[in-house]
Amino acid sequence: MNISPYFFYGFGGIAILCSLLVILKKNPVSSAFSLVMVFFSFAGIYALLDAHLLAALQIFVYAGAIMVLFIFVIMLLNADTPSFDLGRTHLGVRLVGISFSLAILLLFVWVFRQTPMTAPLAQFTPENIEAAGGNTQVVSELMFSEYILPFELTSVLLLAAIVGAVAIAKRKLAAGKV
Amino acid sequence: MNIEPWVVLSFSAIIFFIGFTGVLIRRNILVILMSIELMLNAVNLTFVTFSRQLQHMGGQMSVFFVITVAAAESAVGLGLVIAMFRTLRSVDTDQIQFLKE
Repeated sequence: MNISPYFFYGFGGIAILCSLLVILKKNPVSSAFSLVMVFFSFAGIYALLDAHLLAALQIFVYAGAIMVLFIFVIMLLNADTPSFDLGRTHLGVRLVGISFSLAILLLFVWVFRQTPMTAPLAQFTPENIEAAGGNTQVVSELMFSEYILPFELTSVLLLAAIVGAVAIAKRKLAAGKV
Repeated sequence: MNIEPWVVLSFSAIIFFIGFTGVLIRRNILVILMSIELMLNAVNLTFVTFSRQLQHMGGQMSVFFVITVAAAESAVGLGLVIAMFRTLRSVDTDQIQFLKE
């Protein structure tokens, strides 16, 4: 693929480092800020891959909305007590988890390495996208023509999520029941 | 010097399994939710890579819907975290053991 290796390895290194920090930091606030860095790096990689609208959306939705939600809940719960507790978690569970993850990761890398991409190419070559007005225009036109049904269903999903989140967060548990 | 597609795909697999490991080894429910976001992001990157490689826009459209579902998921998930904290006064997943009692 015709992308700049320096930018890719730069963004990729930041993303891997910060995602390791997300799962290793004891304080959830530190994890949240490392996660913001991961989201920004992913936005950079999307931009490298010519998905400009997605890069912008990644910053708006993930680094903006979702992270604000996370930070807000962390502050609301005031739960900054470290809960990594390496001493109390079962070491066996952790070792098995890490080794299985590594094994499946190696399998994935091996499969990606071996498998050639021989699927037939569609019509969205870089030249065609450029002629049609750029990535944002092509994606927007597709969204409101070919993908209009999923797009409308998304609004139903968001409505259900709003109602569900309010209902779950507000529910008072009856006294005596846990 | 050029980036082969499998390098990008392997990179997203690395991020996915970092998130997967986070779900397995962490006990703070907030960090588990963040690890799920990491995994969703890794899948999104795979979609974008295939979209670019196969010159098909379906991958980028899928990422839109994944982002929307992720936003809905974290809203509901954090609502659940608040409900859990109210009940247990803790964000530790080991405290969820009502079925044992």
